[in-house]
Amino acid sequence: MYKIVAKKTLAPAIHEYDILAPKVAKKAKAGQFIIVRVDENGERIPLTIADFNREAGTVTIVFAEAGYSTKKLAQLNAGDAIQDFVGPLGVPSHIEKFGKVVMVAGGVGVAPVFPIAREMKAAGNQVLGIMGARNKELIFWEDKMKEACSELLVTTDDGSYVRKGFVTDVLRESIEQDGKPDLVMAIGPLPMMRAVANLTKEYGIKTMVSLNSIMVDGTGMCGACRVTVGGETKFVCVDGPEFDGHLVDFEEQLMRSRQYKTEEQLALNRGGCGCGGGGKCHG
Amino acid sequence: MAKQIIPKKHAMPHQDPQVRAKNFSEVALGYTEELAVAEAGRCLNCKKPLCKQGCPVSVDIPEFIALVKERKFDEAAKVIKRTNALPAVCGRVCPQENQCEKFCIVGKKNEPVAIGRLERFVGDYIINKEEVIEKAEPTGYKVAIVGSGPAGLACAADLARLGHSVTMYEALHTPGGVLMYGIPEFRLPKAIVQKEIDNLKKMGVEIETNAIIGQIASLDELFKEEGFDAVFLGTGAGTPYFMNLPGENLNGVYSANEFLTRSNLMKAYCFPEFDTPIKIGKKVAVLGGGNVAMDAARTALRLGAEEVYIVYRRSRAELPARLEEVEHAEEEGVKFLFLTNPTKYLGNDEGWLTGLECIKMELGEPDASGRRKPVPIEGSEFVLPVDVAIVAIGQGPNPLLTKTTPDLETNKRGNIVADELGKTSKEGVYAGGDVVTGAATVIKAMGAGRTAAKSIHEYLMSKSQV
Ligand SMILES: Cc1cc2nc3c(=O)[nH]c(=O)nc-3n(C[C@H](O)[C@H](O)[C@H](O)COP(=O)(O)OP(=O)(O)OC[C@H]3O[C@@H](n4cnc5c(N)ncnc54)[C@H](O)[C@@H]3O)c2cc1C
Ligand SMILES: Cc1cc2nc3c(=O)[nH]c(=O)nc-3n(C[C@H](O)[C@H](O)[C@H](O)COP(=O)(O)OP(=O)(O)OC[C@H]3O[C@@H](n4cnc5c(N)ncnc54)[C@H](O)[C@@H]3O)c2cc1C
Ligand code: SF4
Ligand code: FES
Repeated sequence: MYKIVAKKTLAPAIHEYDILAPKVAKKAKAGQFIIVRVDENGERIPLTIADFNREAGTVTIVFAEAGYSTKKLAQLNAGDAIQDFVGPLGVPSHIEKFGKVVMVAGGVGVAPVFPIAREMKAAGNQVLGIMGARNKELIFWEDKMKEACSELLVTTDDGSYVRKGFVTDVLRESIEQDGKPDLVMAIGPLPMMRAVANLTKEYGIKTMVSLNSIMVDGTGMCGACRVTVGGETKFVCVDGPEFDGHLVDFEEQLMRSRQYKTEEQLALNRGGCGCGGGGKCHG
Repeated sequence: MAKQIIPKKHAMPHQDPQVRAKNFSEVALGYTEELAVAEAGRCLNCKKPLCKQGCPVSVDIPEFIALVKERKFDEAAKVIKRTNALPAVCGRVCPQENQCEKFCIVGKKNEPVAIGRLERFVGDYIINKEEVIEKAEPTGYKVAIVGSGPAGLACAADLARLGHSVTMYEALHTPGGVLMYGIPEFRLPKAIVQKEIDNLKKMGVEIETNAIIGQIASLDELFKEEGFDAVFLGTGAGTPYFMNLPGENLNGVYSANEFLTRSNLMKAYCFPEFDTPIKIGKKVAVLGGGNVAMDAARTALRLGAEEVYIVYRRSRAELPARLEEVEHAEEEGVKFLFLTNPTKYLGNDEGWLTGLECIKMELGEPDASGRRKPVPIEGSEFVLPVDVAIVAIGQGPNPLLTKTTPDLETNKRGNIVADELGKTSKEGVYAGGDVVTGAATVIKAMGAGRTAAKSIHEYLMSKSQV
């Protein structure tokens, strides 16, 4: 069991947990993720490593309540423990001195962007952070991001904080005014990452995105997380989660992310057990 | 003729096909004591037992069968356990018709002795009994086992018995490998595997789940930081192969690994009681003809699919699956489309699978494997309307560890290279099971685990002499 040592609610339905997992903390690198299973009946939920503290042995995760499983996770409190916590998974971000790097974060994407931005800055890059959310209430970690970036621009879809507009609007302005950066990295909802990739393609700027495909094992065993990149099938969990945004088949990813829409509704309205499992449900 | 031989094996009691096709309880119910003793009576107790030569770990078959005949079941178990640590598992899943039973003398004119069923009977007889575990004095050596499938389990058991301190690392949250995540409950009850794992723990083997070696610690770190003296790699063949057909990433196209893992390990058959969903499908096509394909097809039926097809490019005679499983699948209503090869997946605008385009095949000239090669019949394409397809055409080695261990020699398919004693290119590192051979069988993986345990023991003992 893995203990939740601290819980913060950052925004409506967005939570930050520090989880005691010293072995994972020891190895965690920016860009990697973990898989949690809340309890014995739980599904395996992939979440990005948002931060880690090797001395304290903790790993920080930030998650949005999306469906049944993340709502269940949200019900826990500091002091509670979760059943399973496995990682670090995936390939760490490729960090080097590129020159100027733009880190684009949409919604909960701020959390995974943060450690990568910090590393990019430490590697000597000039790091421009662009973070966007639907509205003011959903903005979090602005101070952490300020520290991790050389410069930070914030935007909200409805204009309730700083400025009105999408992260792509801010990115376009920045490119037009200050010229092309050497690398853009975008993490957030799929449509946002697609929009960023489409924009940077116009300018021919190398762009990395971090995909949040549906997963089961996260070890390359099931193929649930497959994605087409440059015409080839890749597994997000072992080949990714970061890929060249100009090569990712976003349409396919969007369709694949809707695979369990109907089933999730069932879980949320959970009634009795309709499993036909011969009474083996609790085995 | 001194004795009249009963021509057929004593029948195995089974759950009724119509009933069992709707539940996940075990299909074959096992011999009663009476049936076991009677079946043991069919054995000729040959002087030169060919059955034993057909067994990958050379179980003393006539010896244990003779003991069953005398109702000395505990002693029979001891005999089996000398070479096979998991009789209750192997009795259920070994392809006996290609191993021991294939060579049984009785089988020359009649049905062979039901060696597998007898092994299962003995395994079940002792499963709930407290075992007296004899362990050697602690040697002070530490061995890490990576992967907790049959290869790892067998290796760990032997090393613990020899007095070494053993820690097993498993990537998933449940140990057991394919026995837990792949082979379904109705064929191998998970409680049996769990029992074997509990036995290992009782022997002092430490099991760390959620621990992926290569990610949480490299092989070198196991030696340097964790202080292990030797490592065994039994990481299996966990990477699913796809056919690279158009439309393969449509929603509704699963690898067998994903489909079975969702059902077995994550208990999706109890969704929404358990949180992991699975797409059930009204019409399901399973691509392939091995055990994995049979398991996927029969799982789909049990989940509630109305029609389930096995699409296989050769004919019935070439099906690689265990005969018993093919028969069970047929009885339960799985439909077989032989000499049929899928060519592409068809989908709708929302990205959901709607059909599988296939082409009919005929058998041509024998190929390199000696089997007649299936060749497509031009113009025979047809569409099988399905909303779920499960690809069960094989698995490759799990790359997680080898990717992060460049100095470990692998072949071009990604398998770890190990000699017949399990030794790899890296000092102190041994490997066995599917990760070395490619997808094979439970008993072969166990055999490899045991061979490696022996090598590791010798390696450690030679170290102490230096
Ligand atoms: C590598 C990786 C890193 C991630 N990091 C984070 C993170 O840091 N914070 C965060 O809030 N979320 C993250 N996600 C997404 C997170 O895993 C999903 O939101 C979560 O699994 C949804 O679970 P649920 O059962 O609560 O929602 P569900 O009820 O399962 O689903 C809600 C909706 O999300 C879809 N969905 C299901 N699973 C996923 C999935 N894995 N990814 C995307 N959509 C999914 C469903 O189709 C459904 O429409 C990450 C995903 C991956 C693969
Ligand atoms: C559906 C299915 C049905 C089958 N039916 C039969 C049958 O009827 N009869 C038969 O004889 N054989 C059958 N087989 C084949 C048989 O199960 C395998 O040959 C056998 O399990 C191989 O054992 P193994 O120990 O080499 O690997 P596995 O059983 O694959 O176990 C490997 C374990 O290692 C873990 N692992 C991998 N990488 C790491 C890492 N880096 N760190 C930590 N852990 C790791 C994996 O999670 C896994 O648990 C079947 C296989 C499948 C998939
Ligand atoms: S070959 Fe058949 S009859 Fe002979 S000992 Fe083996 S099981 Fe018995
Ligand atoms: S999640 Fe199973 S292969 Fe990636």
